[in-house]
Amino acid sequence: MYKIVEARSVGLNIKQFVIEAPRIARKQRPGQFVILRLHEKGERIPLTIKSSDPAAGTVTIVVQAIGKTTSLLNCLEAGDSILDIVGPLGHPSDIQNYGTVVILAGSVGTAMALPTANALKQAGNHVIFIEGARSAEMVVFEDAIRQASSEAFVMTDDGTYGEQGLVTKKLQELIAGGLRINFILAVGPVPMMRAVAQIAVPLGIRTMVSLNSIMVDGTGMCGGCRVLLGNQSKFACVDGPEFDAAQVNFEVLMQRNAMYRDKECQSLRDFKEHEQEELAELRAEIAAREKDLAELEIAAPSMQEKHYV
Amino acid sequence: MSESETSVAAVVAASDQRNTVPLKDRMKIPRTVMPELDPQVRSRNFGEVNLGLPTLEALTEASRCIECAKPGCVVQCPVGVKIKEVVALICAGDYLAAASKMREDNALPAITGRVCPQENQCEGGCVLGKKGAPVAIGNLERFIADYERNSGQLGLPPIATSTGKNVAIVGSGPAGLSAAGDLVQKGHRVRVFEALHELGGVLIYGIPEFRLPKSIVKTEVDNLRRMGVEFETNVVVGKSVTIDELMHNEHFDAVFVATGAGLPQFLGIPGEHFNGVYSANEFLTRINLMRAYADVDQPVYDCRGRDVIVVGGGNTAMDAVRTARRLGARTATLVYRRSQAEMPARVEEAHHAIAEGIELRMLTNPVEFIGDEKGWLTGARCVRMELGEPDADGRRRPVPIAGSEFILPANVAIIGVGTNANPLIQSSTPDLKTNKWNYILADPETMRTSKRGVFAGGDIVTGSATVILAMGAGRKAAVSIHDYLTTGLWR
Repeated sequence: MYKIVEARSVGLNIKQFVIEAPRIARKQRPGQFVILRLHEKGERIPLTIKSSDPAAGTVTIVVQAIGKTTSLLNCLEAGDSILDIVGPLGHPSDIQNYGTVVILAGSVGTAMALPTANALKQAGNHVIFIEGARSAEMVVFEDAIRQASSEAFVMTDDGTYGEQGLVTKKLQELIAGGLRINFILAVGPVPMMRAVAQIAVPLGIRTMVSLNSIMVDGTGMCGGCRVLLGNQSKFACVDGPEFDAAQVNFEVLMQRNAMYRDKECQSLRDFKEHEQEELAELRAEIAAREKDLAELEIAAPSMQEKHYV
Repeated sequence: MSESETSVAAVVAASDQRNTVPLKDRMKIPRTVMPELDPQVRSRNFGEVNLGLPTLEALTEASRCIECAKPGCVVQCPVGVKIKEVVALICAGDYLAAASKMREDNALPAITGRVCPQENQCEGGCVLGKKGAPVAIGNLERFIADYERNSGQLGLPPIATSTGKNVAIVGSGPAGLSAAGDLVQKGHRVRVFEALHELGGVLIYGIPEFRLPKSIVKTEVDNLRRMGVEFETNVVVGKSVTIDELMHNEHFDAVFVATGAGLPQFLGIPGEHFNGVYSANEFLTRINLMRAYADVDQPVYDCRGRDVIVVGGGNTAMDAVRTARRLGARTATLVYRRSQAEMPARVEEAHHAIAEGIELRMLTNPVEFIGDEKGWLTGARCVRMELGEPDADGRRRPVPIAGSEFILPANVAIIGVGTNANPLIQSSTPDLKTNKWNYILADPETMRTSKRGVFAGGDIVTGSATVILAMGAGRKAAVSIHDYLTTGLWR
């Protein structure tokens, strides 16, 4: 059981959670993710870690309500608990001094890209951060991206904030302006990452994309998250999540990510009809679990925490 | 007559068969048949297929044992269960004593009684099998384990006084659980780390409910908890914490790596990325661990009214095809490149599968998956095979027949052709030596690895094997870990 110590809305349908998970907090590196499960009947979903505080034993994740699980998760508040969280999973971002780095992030992807941006800046890179969002109310962490970068741009699809246009419009402007880019990281929806790859790869710019394929266990055991790189199969959970954009078959990724779309939509519709009941059920289940655990502790007083110095 | 109506007199009479019925006549008793859920019913649900022997049948079966002076069954058991003594206790009607005798060598009898390939082990060594059918040792094992569990009189073994030593066990599958049980009895503090959210490893995510009900695994885990074993779920050793950190920061004096074989193998043929192609691990994990057949969030591609093929010939492939059938597949077909005689799956499983309406397509090998423009699987291009010369392991090598290609329609294809070593521990523990397939090198007797204080056993050492072999490795490791912790000698 993992206690939520802080929960706050940071954008339209986007919420930030600070969660007690000491083991993950101790080991997390930029680019890694967790898998969580909310209740006994819940699915396991991967979410990237925004930051961690090893001293406090907490990790911070940012969640956009898209499907049922993320919608239910975003109903939770400080004081609630999450049933299972495992991590940190995946390889950390490869932090080097590349020179000039452009990071492109779509909305909630900003949270995923932030720790890597910070690390790249500290490694001596000139970091340009381009955040894109559909609309003003989905622009998140603007102050944080300005701190994590040398230059920052905010783009909105509808022009309600920052500049109007997609992140790739800004990328093309920078390139047209003569900027020499040594490394690009794109984190966001697959069409956005594919568009970045289509611009950057022909120019020979080393470009990495953080792939969000469907996962179950996150330890390499099931192969459900496999992505096609050239003609080779890789598992996003243990070989990724970041891959060389030049190699990624984005069409296959989009097809595979759509595999359960009908079921996901149905599940979300059902959830919307019974949101409050589902939330109440979840809280009751967590409370019952906590009670069981407390009883186990009494039954087995041999849990010798003193061993962990 | 139901079990509860079985009269005491009938049981007493049956228990006495060994004394009252002459050996010659007892040898004529046919092997009792395990009652099964009706194939028509069970192919539509996840109820356990084998229902367990009723008391009278168990007693009759036990009376078939001719008490060999040198019992072949014991020799053939990977953990050396004293089967002859166990059977004698059943004949005497003392089932709890029989279960307790069993537990001296096998900590998880309710599980092995269900999933061991007894035909190749204990029952393969039974002298009665030379002329007729061997004693149904597996069914008897299950009988006493279930009797004990239902009686609520589980005799937990005594726990030695604390040694002050700490052992970390990585993985809560059969190897990890059996080592945990032995080590905690010796007075060591034992903590088991599990990557998934549920305990039991392959017993939970791999073996389906209809072969091994989860409640049985849970009971065994709870028994270990009562004995003082600590469990921590959601810890991926190699990621959440390394072996070195467990030893240095968390003060574990020894570590037993029992992570199992992990990474699913695919066929490496075109089209494996079509939607509807799964590894058996993914398919079974979604169903068994995530219960995608019940009212849950975890989606699995709907098998109802679809054509499902499963590629492979082992128990995992068999589990997958029988699961697909239960999910309502229109056709559920096992595709295997050799013939039925070479199939590694248990004979009983193949019989059960056929009764459930599963088609076996032997000497057939997929060479390409084909799909529609939206990326959904529509079929597999297959080639027919014939058996050629025997290969290195003595099985006749399948050879494609030229010009024999045909298309097998399929909406779901499940690949169950084996696994590779999961590298998470090896890659985060530089001084742990591995073989060329990246399995951990461990001494077959002591389970010692190249790293002092670290032991390994089960599938992560041997590659995919059986539950009982993993348990045997766990027990050997426990002996060796105890020796190391008490003597301080790395020998």
